[in-house]
Amino acid sequence: MKPFRRKSKAESIAPPAERAVVPSFSEPAEIPEHDPLMAYLLSAAGPIELDKVDLDSPALRSLREAHVVLLVPLISQGELVGTINLGRRLSDQPYSTDDRKLLAGLASQVAPAIRLAQLVAEQQAEAEERERIAHELQVAALIQQTLLPKTLPNIPGWEIDAYYRPAQAVGGDFYDFVPLEDGRYVLLIGDVTGHGVPAALVMASCRSILRSAAQQHSDPGEILATTNEALIVDIPPNMFVTCLCAVLDPQTSTLRFANAGHNLPYTSSADGVTELRATGMPLGLMPDMQYDVVDAAIEPGTAMVLSSDGLTEAHNQEREMYGFGRLRALLGHSYSDTGLLKSILSDLDEFSHGVEQEDDVTLVVVRHTSSARTSAAVFSGATELGSFELPSAPGNEREAMDRVLEMVGSVGMPSDRLQQLGSAVAEAAMNAIEHGNKNRPETPVSVSVTVNDGAVHVSIGDKGTTGVPFEAKEPDLEAKLAGLETARGWGLFLIERLVDEVITSQNDDGHVIELVMRLEATT
Amino acid sequence: MTATAFSWNIERHDGGTVLELHGDVNSTAAAGFEAAYQQIADEPGSITIDFSDTDFISSTGIALVVSLLAKARAVHRPVIARGLTDHYREIFRITRLSDFLTIEQHAEA
Repeated sequence: MKPFRRKSKAESIAPPAERAVVPSFSEPAEIPEHDPLMAYLLSAAGPIELDKVDLDSPALRSLREAHVVLLVPLISQGELVGTINLGRRLSDQPYSTDDRKLLAGLASQVAPAIRLAQLVAEQQAEAEERERIAHELQVAALIQQTLLPKTLPNIPGWEIDAYYRPAQAVGGDFYDFVPLEDGRYVLLIGDVTGHGVPAALVMASCRSILRSAAQQHSDPGEILATTNEALIVDIPPNMFVTCLCAVLDPQTSTLRFANAGHNLPYTSSADGVTELRATGMPLGLMPDMQYDVVDAAIEPGTAMVLSSDGLTEAHNQEREMYGFGRLRALLGHSYSDTGLLKSILSDLDEFSHGVEQEDDVTLVVVRHTSSARTSAAVFSGATELGSFELPSAPGNEREAMDRVLEMVGSVGMPSDRLQQLGSAVAEAAMNAIEHGNKNRPETPVSVSVTVNDGAVHVSIGDKGTTGVPFEAKEPDLEAKLAGLETARGWGLFLIERLVDEVITSQNDDGHVIELVMRLEATT
Repeated sequence: MTATAFSWNIERHDGGTVLELHGDVNSTAAAGFEAAYQQIADEPGSITIDFSDTDFISSTGIALVVSLLAKARAVHRPVIARGLTDHYREIFRITRLSDFLTIEQHAEA
């Protein structure tokens, strides 16, 4: 029990006139909970004349020193909420029975009012505190989400996916991708100890230092060591940052990484699941740290997963941890899934269903999708992905489209552009079937696909001998709808609108239409 | 993805007809598409073409839609396209078909 929950004027009521005539009357000290006077006041039936009290009580002595002679306890629901402290009367006469009755009556009415005022004040303070914490968490979340990458690297032959889900008490997780001039990428994932604004500020600072270090050093160990030296100067006591830094070289399919106490990454392929081990102290703990640097090959068909402990330390309703074992098992059979990241999250959500998320969850998935041959070709010289011939029969344009898309699927073209290329191939093949080869099944349409300098080239040839049948004039839809023109005539127009470049030519064998589609759209 | 033969199904509702297309909408679908339209040509109300079970529409398929749209407009029947993927919504935009028919945003709608 706390004798005085909150200091207020109501807790120490002394008539102004009495204060005036007793210059030495001063604010009484609080009565400690274990002072004998406390129990005495709680059991008192009314005002207490202090000179009649015989207690070994520091509070009593201090009241007497403050010239208090009469003490009126204010008790509400068995709790002492304050006292009325009175000095001597102006007349120097003792307080009369009527005075004491009046004061007792006053106390019985004042005490509940003070208790109520105290409760209201406490609730207001609690509401303000809740609001302050909520605001602080909003600020922390804003800092973090502002600093996380807005876009993911688009590396031909590689799929990169990342995910961040803050806990209610936002933690200090982060991830980042820093492109280097030579085509390599620095991948970063980290976790700052603590929550809220302090963690978010350290995260922001650490991220800036890491990015700067990544531009200066191409070695992940040096990036971490440099960051550690810079961070240790300003990081608050008892805080540190775990971080995994990896430098991915898409052209050689190699990964060089160093680890500052972060969760170990996994790679998973048909050969099984492997933990990529490298040791090193977290950032911001001790100066002059060195970090092991380890190389790994990320062959085509391999997925690599970087995670924060919000994943592996998530609990279910039985208080079991998600754990590394479950993650390994999942990776063992899902490494080839296009939606591997979603698969991991679905598994986590299923596991921790009904349990509040305790910590931020951050995941980065890097999948090597293409063969080394294709991947290298995308960056340098031309490589033929394949070629085939088709009988010139109606409907075969669909087969042309499907086979080209299958060949191009490994070079890392975004899905929307891939579908546009597919439709253009179908239109060009249909044109070759109908117009070039006049629907003669025995006259084949030839298709070849190459990749060169970041673009896919699809050549479609027929055996037509008349002029180049390519004039992509914009169809007049109003005229078609009014019945003034045939409803057809869309193919060439669509081809031109769907791909980046169309090159037509005619040789002794027939027409060739070449469709060029860059892997990435230019703005 | 593999080529699938064209077929159709007709559902009638208050206020219109839903023409559900199945399979590739290309030159091989021309006769079926025309036959499907003839089944509903004299009916009142809107025509909803449901592409939910279609993953390939060629320029000939576009022409079939233009042809149906021309006939429907002549008798003041609104045409609605349902179940188009993002890719084919883009093609309907490029061809300006989206200016003359209503595209439902979601296949479930």
